Amino acid sequence: MTPQIETAGLGFVYPDGTRALEGVDLRIGSGELVAIIGQNGSGKSTLVRHFNGLLRATEGTVSVGGMPVARRHVAELARTVGVVFQNPDRQIFAGSVRREVEFGAGNLGYRGADLARRVTDALALVGLGDAVRHNPYDLGFSRRKLLAMASVLAMGTSAVVLDEPTTGQDARGVDRVRAIVRSLVDEGRTVIAISHDMRFVVEAFPRLVVMRAGRIVLDGTPEEVFAEQEWPVLASTFLEPTLAARVGAQRGLGSTPTEDALIAALRGRGGSA
Amino acid sequence: MTLQLAAATYRYAGAAGPSLHEIDLELAPGDLLGVVGPNDAGKSTLCLVAAGLAPATIQGQLSGTVTIDGLDTRSARPHELAQRAGILFQNAVTQLSGTSATVWEEIAFGPRNLGLARAEVIERVEEAAARLAIADLCARDPERLSGGQAQLVALASILAMRPAYLLLDEPTSQLDPQGTRLVGEALAGIAARGETGILITEHKTDLLDRLCTSVLVIEEGRIARQGAAAEILADPGLPAAGVEPPARVRLMAAARAAGVELDPEPP
Repeated sequence: MTPQIETAGLGFVYPDGTRALEGVDLRIGSGELVAIIGQNGSGKSTLVRHFNGLLRATEGTVSVGGMPVARRHVAELARTVGVVFQNPDRQIFAGSVRREVEFGAGNLGYRGADLARRVTDALALVGLGDAVRHNPYDLGFSRRKLLAMASVLAMGTSAVVLDEPTTGQDARGVDRVRAIVRSLVDEGRTVIAISHDMRFVVEAFPRLVVMRAGRIVLDGTPEEVFAEQEWPVLASTFLEPTLAARVGAQRGLGSTPTEDALIAALRGRGGSA
Repeated sequence: MTLQLAAATYRYAGAAGPSLHEIDLELAPGDLLGVVGPNDAGKSTLCLVAAGLAPATIQGQLSGTVTIDGLDTRSARPHELAQRAGILFQNAVTQLSGTSATVWEEIAFGPRNLGLARAEVIERVEEAAARLAIADLCARDPERLSGGQAQLVALASILAMRPAYLLLDEPTSQLDPQGTRLVGEALAGIAARGETGILITEHKTDLLDRLCTSVLVIEEGRIARQGAAAEILADPGLPAAGVEPPARVRLMAAARAAGVELDPEPP
């Protein structure tokens, strides 16, 4: 199967000479659910900005839907890959919640009842159905994050990139984000999330890509990535195993990145922890 | 010397009702007070009111009293408040001055405005940068930082003012796990000197679990619970209040429910 997003030998150097990516080879299949983790400044956000052409590779190639992005316009890529930025305030500009969500989908050419349905569905999914007339800046930070997400979801792109979606969300907000991710996957969309929230990534993502200093250093399931032998690699990119993983390793229960996995392993041992 | 809220009720200009109701709170130098609660409960408003920015700068209506070392925040001058209480906004990028060419100058912005001698400004900037391990960012352009880096720079800028009270609104929200740990250690170190009182709002209860002596839960603008950190963070009612308990507490509860023994070490 052709991967939906593929990078080969991708490198990127910012105009001021700062190297942000080096030799990144990554294949993400259509409908796949992937989390990208790693320390602040490891190149996660820079990497995903190549998927919709906001940044252009200085080395190597990036393909979306089997076609190199090099000669395609951002406007065209925006139909395929939607990126929700980390900071909603760098994305929000409209005077009302509805107008904000209409903007992107409207620019893709959706009109009338179709546009209205997309906006309503996206706002319902993020839980802002009751706020359509609000000014976005009257919403708290966590709801502005959800609004920025709705604006991208309404565009109906086949791939969605979420940069730090759980930042600033309370427990209910994190549950909401998980439900949004599940719903996108059920629709067959590809979901790529950048996150420092280790509980969120190990529980909601079957594949984790770990970055350090612009390179991919681990790529596997949560069990593989959080296995004890990888802890030095995780530490080298400022990540820490979850408490469940640490307790599981300490008790010789193997790799138990999630709380459910740890409890299951403890039960399997007959409770003699 | 304390920062004190007494029956503080605050309503934003134009809002239908108050965002904070009858808050009584005292923060003394050396205190490390955690604040948890669901989104829109009033945590950020509490920081703004405690720092005196509300109502002095952002207007709105305050009843009850808020005093910082005896200065009433309604009548004190902004520079008097700024020397005593430092606030870190939830969205740290919005707090950068936008006038500094380098991170170093950004951190120096506050101390310079306090009119400090050059040697003292340099000493403060370097101490704050070292404390948060961002000395290597000092030559960078503050407008070209990642979200996490910007958050550390904004925090360093506040620390360099050396206020007696720090009001930190989700100071680690954009940081990686080790960055979060580092900020926790820096704050613990500052509080341990006994000269600074720290109020910190966080969704990361794991951080509060290892950092704070006391924690309060705020719901719908009111203090719902308040007490020793270990006790409040282990309260079974926390999830219903929209607050995720620390991993240690969650694991112990899950183990109990599954009928297995587990007593994980504190993180």
